[in-house]
Order: sequence, then C-alpha cells, then structure tokens
Amino acid sequence: MTLLELSGVSVHYGRIKAVSELTITVNEGEIVTLIGANGAGKSTTMRAISGIRPVSAGTITFAGEDITRLRADLRVVRGISQAPEGRGIFPGMTVYENLDMGAYARKDRKNLAAEMDHVFELFPRLAERRTQAGGTLSGGEQQMLAIGRALMSKPKLLLLDEPSMGLAPQFIQQIFRIITEINKEGTTVLLVEQNAQQALSRAHRAYVLETGSIVKSGTGKELLADESIKEAYLGVA
Amino acid sequence: MTTTTTKTTTTTGRRSLGEWWNNLNRFQQWAILIPLVVFIYALPELNPPIITTEPGYDFPIAMFEVARYALIAIGLNVVVGQAGLLDLGYVGFFAIGAYVAALFTSPDSALTKLPFLAVLPIAMAITMVFGVILGSPTLRLRGDYLAIVTLGFGEIVRLLADNLEPLRGNQGFQQVGHPPGTHADGTPIFNNTDGTPWYWLTVTIIILILVLVGNLERSRVGRSWVAIRDDEDAAAIMGVNTFKFKIWAFVIGAAIGGLSGALYAGQLAFVNNQKFDVVTSMLFLAAVILGGSGNKVGVILGAIIVAYIPARFLGIAEYRYLIFGLALIVLMIFRPQGLLGARQRLLTYGRQAYQRLLGRGEQISHDASVSTDRNGGV
Repeated sequence: MTLLELSGVSVHYGRIKAVSELTITVNEGEIVTLIGANGAGKSTTMRAISGIRPVSAGTITFAGEDITRLRADLRVVRGISQAPEGRGIFPGMTVYENLDMGAYARKDRKNLAAEMDHVFELFPRLAERRTQAGGTLSGGEQQMLAIGRALMSKPKLLLLDEPSMGLAPQFIQQIFRIITEINKEGTTVLLVEQNAQQALSRAHRAYVLETGSIVKSGTGKELLADESIKEAYLGVA
Repeated sequence: MTTTTTKTTTTTGRRSLGEWWNNLNRFQQWAILIPLVVFIYALPELNPPIITTEPGYDFPIAMFEVARYALIAIGLNVVVGQAGLLDLGYVGFFAIGAYVAALFTSPDSALTKLPFLAVLPIAMAITMVFGVILGSPTLRLRGDYLAIVTLGFGEIVRLLADNLEPLRGNQGFQQVGHPPGTHADGTPIFNNTDGTPWYWLTVTIIILILVLVGNLERSRVGRSWVAIRDDEDAAAIMGVNTFKFKIWAFVIGAAIGGLSGALYAGQLAFVNNQKFDVVTSMLFLAAVILGGSGNKVGVILGAIIVAYIPARFLGIAEYRYLIFGLALIVLMIFRPQGLLGARQRLLTYGRQAYQRLLGRGEQISHDASVSTDRNGGV
C-alpha cells in the first residue's frame, strides 16, 4: 500500500529551483532511499515532505490524504517524523528533554517511558548521556539523539536526512543496522544518503537524484549492480 | 554517574545557585522568600543609607522606576528570552498602554472616563490586539528581519503619537487617573509626588505576573517556546505549532508592556509624546540582555541595574548609554548568557521525576552494539 506519494513536486528557493517535478512513492513497510551528490536536492525534498519548506508545484499525499498545504506540526500528528540533516537537536536541552520533545505531538503522554526505554535500547550511549545537554554530545551521539527523538512520536514514516554524515565508519554501520531494525519493527523509512553503498544495500528501493530531478530508480540491488551508479556514487571504476 | 559529577564540579555560580534553590524543600524556600518579599515591600520606607538615591533623587520614586523597569523586563523576557524573538520595538507596546490609560482617565481626552484600575486590563487587552496585529504578518519572518520590523513598529507608534490630532502630541494629557483612596487630609494616596504606593502596587503586580509567567514556562507553552528559541525548524518537526506559540509570546509580552505603560502614565499623571523613542526600547532590551535573557530573576536584576544606577549616581546618569553600552560589550565577551543565564527545567513531570532521573544511572556498555559487518563505510 502506498504510504507517501510525491507527484510532480517542485521546490524553489527564491527564483532558484532546487527540486524539479519529483515523483516518488514510498510503500508501507519499505526502506526507500534517495541518493545523490551534494546539492542534488535531497534535503530539500525531505524538508518539503516534513513541511518546513513550501512546495511550488505538485502534490504530496500521505496515507491517502493530500498534505501538500498542511502545516508541519500537523504532519507530525499524521505520523511523519524527521531526523533533520545536521542533526537539528535542541542544544540547550538535555538528552532526556530532547527525547521528551520528540513525543510532543503525542496525545498518550503516559506511555512515554516504554518508548524512551526502546530508544535507550537502540542507542545505549544515549542512556548514559541522558542528563547531558544535547549541544555537548559528539557528532555521532547527536545523530543518535536526532533519530531517537524522531522515533519518540511513534511515526508511520521516518524521514532520515544523512544519518551517516560526519560519522566514524564503525558508527555508520551501527546506524544503518539500527535503521534496518527500526524498519523491521514496522516503521516505513525514507532515507537520504550520500553513503550510497550502505544505503543501497539496506534499502528495498532507491531513487537517484541529480540536480533536482530523478535520473534513475529501481530496487536497491539493481542500482547497486548498475554500472553508471557504481561509477558515479560507489567509487568503483 | 560520571557525566553528572564532572558537570556539577565544573558548573559556575549561576548554575549552582539555581540548583541550590531547587534542592531546598518548599518550607525552606518559603522561609527565604517571605522575609525577602517583606524587605522588598519595606524598602521605600526603610530608605537605607548608601542604597538610598537621596538627596539627588526621591528614593520611593526611584524604587517605583526600578519596579516599572522590572515589570517591563519580565514582559520583554517572555518575547526575547523565552521564545527567542528579537523585539526592538517593545517601547511601542509600552506607549500604547500609557496612551490607553491617558485616553480613558484624563480630562483632556474626549472619551468616557473610567476608574484607573479598570483601565489596566483594558490597556492590556488593547496592547494584546496590537500584538496580534503586529505579530501576524511579522512573525513569519525570522531573526534580523523580525528585529527590523519591530524596530519600525516602535517608531510608527511614536510618530503616530507625534502626529495624530487626538493624541495631542507634545501638549499631552494632564491629570491621568490613579487608583482610588485618600489620606486622612483628603489628598489622594496615589499621587505623583509619593512613589511608595505606586511602588507597592507595581511590586504586587510583578509578583502576580511572575507566578503567571512561571506557570506558563513550566507548561507545554514554555516547552514550545524553548524549542522555538533553540531551533525553530526542529520545533516544527516535533509538532510545535511555531507560529501560534510565537504569537502567544508576542501577545503576552505586549500585554505586560501595556500594563507597565499604564502604570507609568498613572504615576506621572501625564503622558505626551516624549518618552517613547528607540533609545528607551534599547534600554529595556539592555535590562534583559544584561541580567540574563530567559531567566526571570536575571532580568529583574538587569532592570534594577538599568533603572537604579542612573538614579543613584546622578553624576553618571548623563553617560548611562555609554556605560551600559560598554557594560554590554564586556558582558558579551566574558559572559554572553548575561549575569544570570537561562537554564530551563523543561520536564513537565516536575522535580521529583527529574531527581529520580538523576539518581538512575545504570551503566550500559555501548561497545557490544557495534556491528561486526565490515563491508561498509566510505
């Protein structure tokens, strides 16, 4: 079943078109990845889906509802949650408070403890740091916090924007392993990545974005084997 | 837990002062608060040597000025400190409050006369409306843009006061009203030569506002403000209706500004177009930044400094902008968070939950969770 559908979505920054007539579908239960170079429009697409960037053309449909003009905060209530690029955690709040903010949109605030335990299970490092201010965490820890915080709202769709950015290789693998785990628990994941190797091997389907347009799509395996993809994104000549 | 202990040892005085206060039980807190409040109320009567501003400046009047600045700082702190919206035109709300008080109580105004105390909520309501009018279009802007638009708003209000016929420009409104009550000899208790009753009234209002604002800060509203201040986009994707809460901060701040404007008009018993310039706005903002944006006690301290020092040391009053300017620069270098910086307790579950949290420090190994899979990475 289709959970998220972008059809003909364009996004502008002033007069500059960052994303051009994008059509993407994400089915329930999938990991879908969007790969592409810097400036290809990956993050812009994510920001359009979460609603912090208005779209200039096209429609976004989520769980059968047109959310193109819906406010960002209401999209969270519908079940879209984002771990933004560059982490975007609240630096002045502790780890615990950051996670608490993640559950802001939830009505059933009494069951937060279970969700929080789950996040601490996925990221034991966060449990150790729970009273520490978010801004004092290392890059990898902030990334974990951003993902954990996004999970606190019990999303239907989790948007992950460059979760591996700036991380040490061992952390990158850990993060991707956790993404697969989150997906197996029933959360649909839309993943934006520069680390194409990891993203493609984890994803069910993938789209390749170049200067604001989709140039290729297919299953993760297909694209992993594709010669032009290998050359451009996997560093294999 | 190791992280906690290293933190406590490296904290500054500000942090440990707040922590010390939070660790006292209710009884201890009251045992400190009550004598403090009594002392604050008694100040104009005590007129303590050294602290007193006399003979140069009437001490009770000076104390009223300090209290008025404190009230303004508390209001501006909601906007700047809590929600992180840089408002450079706060004096506009203050002016509107003063003019509303004048229009409804002065015999120079054509409007129906109302009792002064009834005018206070009206002044707040009208400034709130102006808060919405200014906020709705401008709060979609961010940072510098918002600062510039609010700066413009302050100037527009001042220019309207200069030029609108019914606002009487420089001539102004005489005999602005005051709260009821007379002394035995028939002279009103609230008059413009005796600052003490005005001081008491303002301090009482400050306490009420502090309780209200304090409760707001600890509520979902306060958490939303802090989230917006920390990172507006991140707040939005947590599900915070950023626009709504920014408007709320703006409107609550405006109401408090209007209230202090009405009190100012009442005490002075006169309003004209002179006291509402940009520099006054900057002085209000200086009180907030100096004391510690986001910290209620801090901004009161800032207001005391900004209002008291020029009254106490009349010799330097002329140079106060220079001195406060230098003080701000020095502060921004050595203590950018202000004298008493902000640290929010955001947990909605209260103190006990927080302490339980601090006590719970089981060690969990993270190495075990590192994957053994080796084919990835860049």
